[in-house]
Amino acid sequence: MRITQGQFSFLPDLTDDQIRAQIEYALGNGWALSVEFTDDPHPRNTYWEMWGLPMFDLKDAGGILYEINGCRKAYPKHYIRVTAFDSTRGWETPRMSYIVNRPPEEPGFGLVRQEAEGRKIRYTVHSYATDRPVGERY
Amino acid sequence: MADDSHPQTTETASLGELYRGSGIAEVLAQLDAELVGLAPVKQRIRETAAFLIVDKARRAQNLTSGPPSLHMCFTGNPGTGKTTVATRMADILHRLGYIRKNHLVAVTRDDLVGQYIGHTAPKTKEVLKRAMGGVLFIDEAYYLYRPENERDYGQESIEILLQVMENNREDLVVILAGYKDRMDRFFKSNPGLASRIAHHIDFPDYSVQELLEIAELMVGKMDYRLDDGARAAMAEYVARRIRQPNFANARSIRNALDRARLRQANRLFGAAATGSQAPGRDELMTITAADILASRVFRQTSAADGEAAHAPLSDR
Repeated sequence: MRITQGQFSFLPDLTDDQIRAQIEYALGNGWALSVEFTDDPHPRNTYWEMWGLPMFDLKDAGGILYEINGCRKAYPKHYIRVTAFDSTRGWETPRMSYIVNRPPEEPGFGLVRQEAEGRKIRYTVHSYATDRPVGERY
Repeated sequence: MADDSHPQTTETASLGELYRGSGIAEVLAQLDAELVGLAPVKQRIRETAAFLIVDKARRAQNLTSGPPSLHMCFTGNPGTGKTTVATRMADILHRLGYIRKNHLVAVTRDDLVGQYIGHTAPKTKEVLKRAMGGVLFIDEAYYLYRPENERDYGQESIEILLQVMENNREDLVVILAGYKDRMDRFFKSNPGLASRIAHHIDFPDYSVQELLEIAELMVGKMDYRLDDGARAAMAEYVARRIRQPNFANARSIRNALDRARLRQANRLFGAAATGSQAPGRDELMTITAADILASRVFRQTSAADGEAAHAPLSDR
């Protein structure tokens, strides 16, 4: 099951040229970009691992693509996303976030029912990928 | 191309169009106007420009074309214009469409090499990423390699540099600069680096005539001018200064002019103190012979003019 998180996730995967254009857009707005990765696709997993530090002072998308490719090489089967952070007062938040790499096969999520007090049922989703330990998931 | 029916006309037409479209003519004209002398450097820039345009034309004709490696090494004595040309290079390559952004990142050893184990690689990569899309200018590159200390982190920095220069050729142009003899020694101990740099450009020393032209350009840029006496004095000054130790070509000229400006200000100030009329626009702009002749160079001593104490590095 294809994960839809962040921008463009209902579209076909972005090509490198499209990623470059998106990065250029973010740089044009003065946002700092960072590359993050994870192998836990749960939608509530907000904080992904950082691939290096956020990149400030960059003028060209080349540097960020260089890091994306470095991350892809190290984690070819992980989810990798690019986040553009806006540090302007009043925003101070990510303005863009999109997936640039995903595993070839995404097993998807199962519905988990938990019996709670009374005959109450609690529902949650569980990623099949996380049944295996970190690093062996994809 | 021989079997093409009229290859000659289409080829030349598109070349002309590309030439005009690139705006390179203005860049070259500006280069000629603002940089005195430096014939071999201009020649190489012209060749590069021509090659990039021809490459574009070849691509239009579906001939094999690849972005050439444009990493450069500028060698020359102090004050021969290495840094000035490097800053121009970003502009030129950008207009030619070789680099995506018109920006230059100038760094020295301190920006690339870290202080402890594991510090160098991220630091160098950071700089390289910042320079991507443009030009990375490494001034006094020979300091990267310190043979006397085998645990020096400079070597690590060079290795990363090499790797990125090779693998991300379309992302950035690296320009190394330094004094000739030290760069030669640097390349001898790093043969991998020497072979990855296709263009070794040597900056010649300026002749007296060229130095005078440079002086004129410099005073013009600062909104000053030399009167006839000052011009003669300047010629004499250059002829003497050039024989003295620590002569740093255009840089020495700039320093001499800066000192002349100081003396001119002092002269005007002294005149005002004795109650003469306030200087007009003309006087404020004019540097006279007296301002230049007061230089220590004219005092027949072997001591170098003022800057010797400040420029031990340019001593060679």
